[in-house]
Amino acid sequence: MTETTKNILDVKDLSVGFQVRGRQLKAIRNVSLQLHDQETLAIVGESGSGKSVLTKTFTGMLESNGAITHGTIDYDGKRLSDLKKDKEWIGIRGKEIATIFQDPMTSLDPIKTIGSQIAEVVVKHQKKSKAEAKKIAIDLMARTGIPNAAARYNEYPFEYSGGMRQRIVIAIALACHPKVLICDEPTTALDVTIQAQILELIKELQKEYKFTTIFITHDLGVVASIADRIAVMYSGEIIEVGTCDEIFYNPRHPYTWSLLSSLPQLAARGGELYSIPGTPPSLYKDIKGDAFAPRNPYAMKIDFEEEPPMFKVSDTHYAKTWLLDPRAPKVDKPSLIQDLHKRFLEMQDQQSTMDFEMGGDAVVIK
Amino acid sequence: MSSNKDVLLSLKDLEISFGEGKNKFVAVKDVNFDIYRGETFALVGESGSGKTTIGRSILGITPTSKGDIVFNGKKINSNKLNAEDRKEVTRKIQMIFQDPQASLNERATIDYIISEGLINFHLFKNEKDRLEKVTNMIESVGLLPEHLYRYPHEFSGGQRQRIGIARALIMEPELIVADEPISALDVSIRAQVLNLLKKFQREDNLTYLFIAHDLSVVRFISDRIAVIHNGQILELAETEELFTNPLHPYTKALLSAVPIPDPELARQKKLLVYDINAHHYETDKPKFVEVKPGHFVWANGEEEAYYHAVLQEMHKKEVENN
Repeated sequence: MTETTKNILDVKDLSVGFQVRGRQLKAIRNVSLQLHDQETLAIVGESGSGKSVLTKTFTGMLESNGAITHGTIDYDGKRLSDLKKDKEWIGIRGKEIATIFQDPMTSLDPIKTIGSQIAEVVVKHQKKSKAEAKKIAIDLMARTGIPNAAARYNEYPFEYSGGMRQRIVIAIALACHPKVLICDEPTTALDVTIQAQILELIKELQKEYKFTTIFITHDLGVVASIADRIAVMYSGEIIEVGTCDEIFYNPRHPYTWSLLSSLPQLAARGGELYSIPGTPPSLYKDIKGDAFAPRNPYAMKIDFEEEPPMFKVSDTHYAKTWLLDPRAPKVDKPSLIQDLHKRFLEMQDQQSTMDFEMGGDAVVIK
Repeated sequence: MSSNKDVLLSLKDLEISFGEGKNKFVAVKDVNFDIYRGETFALVGESGSGKTTIGRSILGITPTSKGDIVFNGKKINSNKLNAEDRKEVTRKIQMIFQDPQASLNERATIDYIISEGLINFHLFKNEKDRLEKVTNMIESVGLLPEHLYRYPHEFSGGQRQRIGIARALIMEPELIVADEPISALDVSIRAQVLNLLKKFQREDNLTYLFIAHDLSVVRFISDRIAVIHNGQILELAETEELFTNPLHPYTKALLSAVPIPDPELARQKKLLVYDINAHHYETDKPKFVEVKPGHFVWANGEEEAYYHAVLQEMHKKEVENN
């Protein structure tokens, strides 16, 4: 985390609704969130928890049947929640706040060359000439790890592998030097080895270009290496937010406990894997009490009656659960996720043989 | 893992190629492994490594160009297989697909989707018997009988995957080829589907060929793991052996890429990248060698000697530690 906790983006009490066949679907409910300058904030949640919808409001890219129904988003002195027309978003979307999407196969234009797709952005946003733009584009390609960038400038997306395409998508996003980079599940469609390389790349580029990253994922395992802070979302709400260490080592919300417990790394072989019973609530209905209560083995009577407030655990750590109320009985997190660090340390010791010096047959990067 | 090592499926010198002459592309070569009855055998590799191709050739969807696939003592990858045997194999080897959104017929009811195999093979006495079988099946995958009359679009991804499992299991197969059955699912749903697969294995002594790219899940579910890269099996060992003593540099690179869900350790982690040019196979040709009982590596003479030395060193360390 950066020492200067300057907020670059400030979300207050945001609610988003969608009109679906005459019914109102409440995708985001009263979310407040601050984004610190140059940090990496991970937003974790299952599909349908609203993590993508939330970040779409930052670039005005909600589907046409969706709208902000309540609350504000402030960025750099501008009130983003008041912007309506595409015209008003010029200069912010793409230029200041850029997004990388999950699927690198569909986010590139298949009939344009790779190079022209990067150069086009440079010409439009930085007002450079075509020749200059080409130079910048090749430079960006090289920086995102495309070997022989100049030669590959004129190739088409189908000639690139999935990992390479994702590098190009990152290059396009960085072409305008955005202040905020939203990565919406950027590695879900990729192989593990490529995933690790892309995460590494985003970290390096962040140091170099000094942007702030919002990292959306459903996989807690991925964020441990990259996030400074983590916000956990459940059915349209942020239910817990804290630093990476706080969320992993001192989680307070039962839903966060469940998410950690379902990590396959924690399961004993041959045993059962922990799974969360039930399904998330329907977002068409008004939710009474704590949204997670019906699936929560620790739920108390009040969880079904009244919505819990955000309780403060530390200056950086907040959780929305009645368990933190002074009147609540003291409940420890499940034994499965206690001493998380110690257990992974033991597991790693078993695997320490991996670090055994292997005569240079595997190259260590970084 | 079953104690009596009864080989259910055996692949011998398998090669699968596409195209002919100049355009010939060998997708999979020199594949040798046995799958024992009742175990979960995982085939792990990146996209394009040929893992799905092997799975499809076992089902007879993709023709093979060399080698044998032997199932229950019978060679099944030949045209000479008579119609009855072919039918038998079709029933006994079933597949679960990766994408639950694409693998169910959108225009058929769940009842039809699950019972299609029964109908094709006349595996029921009368309508009542069929309905009973389907109802039992849908309940055992954790859905309700009333779901039978709905259509796939009414279900979530996890529920659809359960329907895919029900469709495979109602045929009472011996071998199930599960091609990335959970990669399209959410973390919490993943656990449900994996537990379900395990449950059926315990109850029916099913054998799984589990095709995946995610080693963390594979570690939990499988007895033995084969690592495949560019159509070549590079290493094969029991799960714990592979995780504690990975030998091939590619296996190590793959293991190093698995995310560690622990912030402190994740920050210290070193990422290894596999360099295929590090091998010197010009004169000293590699083969699939057993460097330790049950632990196979694709290596040439020089590498084999080196791996032996490494394993000895490891063994010494282990003895010292105890």
